[in-house]
Amino acid sequence: MQTITEKILAKHANKDKVKPGELINADIDVIVCHDVTTPPAIDMLYKFGIKKAFNPDKIVVTPDHFVPNKDIKSAQLTKRLRKWVEEFHIRNYYEVGNHGICHALLPEQGYVVPGSLIVGADSHTCTYGAFGAFSTGVGSTDIAAAIATGKLWFRVPESIKFVLDGKVPEGVYSKDIILHILSDIGVDGALYKAMEFTGEVVKQLSVEARMTITNMAIEAGAKSGIMEPDKKVLEYVKERTKEKFEMFKSDKDAVYREIKEYDISDLEPIVAFPNLPSNGVPISKIKNIKIDQAYLGSCTNGRIEDLRIAASILDGNKIAKGTRMIIVPATTEIWKQANKEGLIDIFIEFGAVVSTPTCGACLGGHMGILAEGEVCISSTNRNFTGRMGHPDSKVYLASPATVAASAIEGKITDPREYL
Amino acid sequence: MMKGKAHVYKKDHINTDEIIPARYLNIDKEEELAKHAMEDLDRDFVKKVSKGDFIVVGENFGCGSSREHAVWALKGAGISAVIAKSFARIFFRNAINNGFLAIECKDVVNKVNDGDNLEIDLRRGIIKNLNNGKEFKFNPFPKFALDIIKAGGLLNYIKTQYEKI
Repeated sequence: MQTITEKILAKHANKDKVKPGELINADIDVIVCHDVTTPPAIDMLYKFGIKKAFNPDKIVVTPDHFVPNKDIKSAQLTKRLRKWVEEFHIRNYYEVGNHGICHALLPEQGYVVPGSLIVGADSHTCTYGAFGAFSTGVGSTDIAAAIATGKLWFRVPESIKFVLDGKVPEGVYSKDIILHILSDIGVDGALYKAMEFTGEVVKQLSVEARMTITNMAIEAGAKSGIMEPDKKVLEYVKERTKEKFEMFKSDKDAVYREIKEYDISDLEPIVAFPNLPSNGVPISKIKNIKIDQAYLGSCTNGRIEDLRIAASILDGNKIAKGTRMIIVPATTEIWKQANKEGLIDIFIEFGAVVSTPTCGACLGGHMGILAEGEVCISSTNRNFTGRMGHPDSKVYLASPATVAASAIEGKITDPREYL
Repeated sequence: MMKGKAHVYKKDHINTDEIIPARYLNIDKEEELAKHAMEDLDRDFVKKVSKGDFIVVGENFGCGSSREHAVWALKGAGISAVIAKSFARIFFRNAINNGFLAIECKDVVNKVNDGDNLEIDLRRGIIKNLNNGKEFKFNPFPKFALDIIKAGGLLNYIKTQYEKI
């Protein structure tokens, strides 16, 4: 009578079973590193005289936040990262030109398999739960400890089950579903918990679309988001890796803190108003919100399917006067694929700029920062005060389709008018 | 026993973008980050804080990013503890791992005024308002967390564990 989360954690703590609340010391399968939070971890390793990783092949590194380097300080950070990669003999390094936003890059390159335990020094590490893995974000000290020892302490979380039933309506996407759930439970609605997503709707969604949901589990304060792996996951993973893995499922009599049920059949596109991801409003209730910028990208919604959806809406249209659109394919492979399919041409003809992969403006880094009073509709994950620039700028979160439709009209627009 | 002034923000969900905005994440030195602590929430914060002071806030403090820079910025600014109704989990973990006190107590934010002097008794799990003598109980840290805090952070703790073996 265990949940999928408890089974994965028990396996990695070499136990038959674990229960919520229990403290465990667990073996880590994959460690995710990038240019902002890893350099301080590197300093800690050197300070403590640690000169090698427990297993360099379990570490995956890519600079993604401020790349290509936005200024001298960020260049210094990445330089430290590169030097360390060499000194610690880390082979899984993705240099600029071959890089990507880590949470899109790792699944794409076959590092994410069902049943594994993945940590990253980034809060959106919870993305990998879409593959039936336990994955969670930690800070720099934790990542240093994981690099040195291959282990980390965890408190086994209670699970909340989210049963998503019905049929996803046209014009509604997984982003709308997770924004709807966040609006229902709030930004601390799953604090310290594992969010387990299940139901007919999960089965209908593609693996990429599922990642958008688990990616935003952290926006409810969750430790992780997870889904039972199925045939679609199996196909996705087998195309990318030969590594062996185990697929876990929750027992029928597993114990949950709470079970929440949603019928998605009547859901509308949702837009989260400033300054919390839980401020979701159905699109039919939104009137005349002018935008200065539309941003399509991030670990939440910068994958090839997101670009295809946007391109199908933008094709043949022109950007609204006084509006700018920034499109950021999440990885180099996605960029190449988008180019091959002619999507990049559609974007440029429409009047958007297409950037190299970067976390960029999602976190107010670079490549599309907002000025005082400016408004952006964004396919990203957070709309906190000052998230994408000036503290008095505003970010509205939405699906790639809603972002695209809004760029055409220069105001927040229902994408269903353009399907 | 720790003593300090309370900086009270009667607000829930104060996030890591407010504690240390991403425009400063190209630096990772505590003293540099400290200059910008809480900047987008309260521009005068750094000027108001004296060494050893406390921040008193509502629910879910530190939600958002995993940036440990949030803990370093507050620590560098002179803050010795955050007293919140609740904490986001990555911030809480980062605090413990740095030997920085993140104290969960439901009552304090509504019953303490900005600028009141507080005293924290870690051993007994009591916060005392020195301005009026009122006391508040908080949940003591689990032993594991307390050991890390006492060791001065996770890496020091791991080092002592390895030395034992």
